[in-house]
Amino acid sequence: MNDILAGLLHAAHLIFTLDADLIEISLRSLRVTLSAVLVSSLIGLPLGCWLAVQRFRFRRLVIATLNALMGLPPVVVGLIVYLLLSRSGPFGVFGLLFTPTAMIIAQVVILTPLIASISHQAIRDLWAEYHDLLISLNTTRRQRIMTLLWDGRRALLTASLAGFGRGIGEVGAIMIVGGNIDHATRVLTTAISLETGKGNFALALALGFILIGLAVAVNLIIHSLSRTEVSGRW
Amino acid sequence: MVETILPLSVENAVVRRRGKVLVGPINAEVSETGLTIVMGPNGAGKTTLLRLLHGMERLASGGQLKWQVPEPQARGQQGFLFQAPIMMRRSALENVAYPLTVHGVSRKDARKQAAEWLARVGLQDSADKQATVLSGGERQKLALARALIRQPQILFLDEPCANLDGRATREFEALLHSVHEEGTRIVMSTHDIGQARRLAQDVWFIHHGQILEATSAELFFEDPKSKEARAFLKGDIIE
Repeated sequence: MNDILAGLLHAAHLIFTLDADLIEISLRSLRVTLSAVLVSSLIGLPLGCWLAVQRFRFRRLVIATLNALMGLPPVVVGLIVYLLLSRSGPFGVFGLLFTPTAMIIAQVVILTPLIASISHQAIRDLWAEYHDLLISLNTTRRQRIMTLLWDGRRALLTASLAGFGRGIGEVGAIMIVGGNIDHATRVLTTAISLETGKGNFALALALGFILIGLAVAVNLIIHSLSRTEVSGRW
Repeated sequence: MVETILPLSVENAVVRRRGKVLVGPINAEVSETGLTIVMGPNGAGKTTLLRLLHGMERLASGGQLKWQVPEPQARGQQGFLFQAPIMMRRSALENVAYPLTVHGVSRKDARKQAAEWLARVGLQDSADKQATVLSGGERQKLALARALIRQPQILFLDEPCANLDGRATREFEALLHSVHEEGTRIVMSTHDIGQARRLAQDVWFIHHGQILEATSAELFFEDPKSKEARAFLKGDIIE
């Protein structure tokens, strides 16, 4: 209990003194995760929508695989991305290992199936609702997908926010490909892991509370901007 | 000048689902003018027949659906109203404007026309409301405005008043009359004999997926030829 209280006090101290290290790693956390969410959403949202609308052979297999990939172990993803980006790997020439870009790549691999799968489920229900109308109005496949993306935008926002939630708290993959290098690739989760290892529980807890606060703040801001939960809207 | 897509004809049309014949074989023609009521008991195939005529059903091989113009052009000249109106997750105004915006009309023009149609169906005060909060009657009027905004030559309606009360039905029928008088060809299904008597110029009676009678409303109601139609008009349960 004392550790938790100490953690809260430490968190308040770090925030009110605008601790430079805290701001740096918090901003890096946001930059890495928001970039990964953006890229994953650009891939995952249309993919989920397309899977909902399009009928093709092995469709069920693709959807089942996508659902299974939602549970990808981050450390395994981290290891695979590490091997791909390491000097001897196929993409070693780009020198991306132990950079924020490598962390973004690893998170994109983790988040894309999650966002695609949630958006597929949301759009599948909407497509069932709209199917006859959109067919009757003689719309093209592209027009249908665009309509579903627009009318399902709030459900899709939830998919992206779920991706953000998973990404901001992720530690395994980014620790492996980022290396937790101070002033280079250290983010809130890897800093928490490091401080816990050092036995510095108050600081680790303080960073934890800030991480939770950051996640809640981003969700609130996005909900507020997109005007969800307003009476009579979706 | 828009070419007429009518008459529309079907030849040897059969619709199957999971190996079972739902409708057909059907041979019929929808003439250029008139108001056709498709009647029949529940499960007779009325909805499937309308969907078939609208080009929404895949025909078994050998069947044909023919318009007077190529299919893509013909599809743009038809409207369809479903029994349970499908409300998009948008405002009433945006719902009505959608068929125009999705086919390339500017948002401003589409909204202007949508506002006019909403006023015509009496929903001008509901323009900014979300469509799903409207009542059943309002939804059906909204769906009618949306189906008509592209000024189709033919409008198919699948039991549009099945879930409406007396007042909403009367208002809806009045709208339908005015649309028909302006030259829109109407094909509508119902199993409400009173409504059929009020609206029909000609009647198709369908049973077990087959059109048993296609005749003028006067003849049908005075002297139905098939025993199924006679039983139906008497109010008997027919299987």
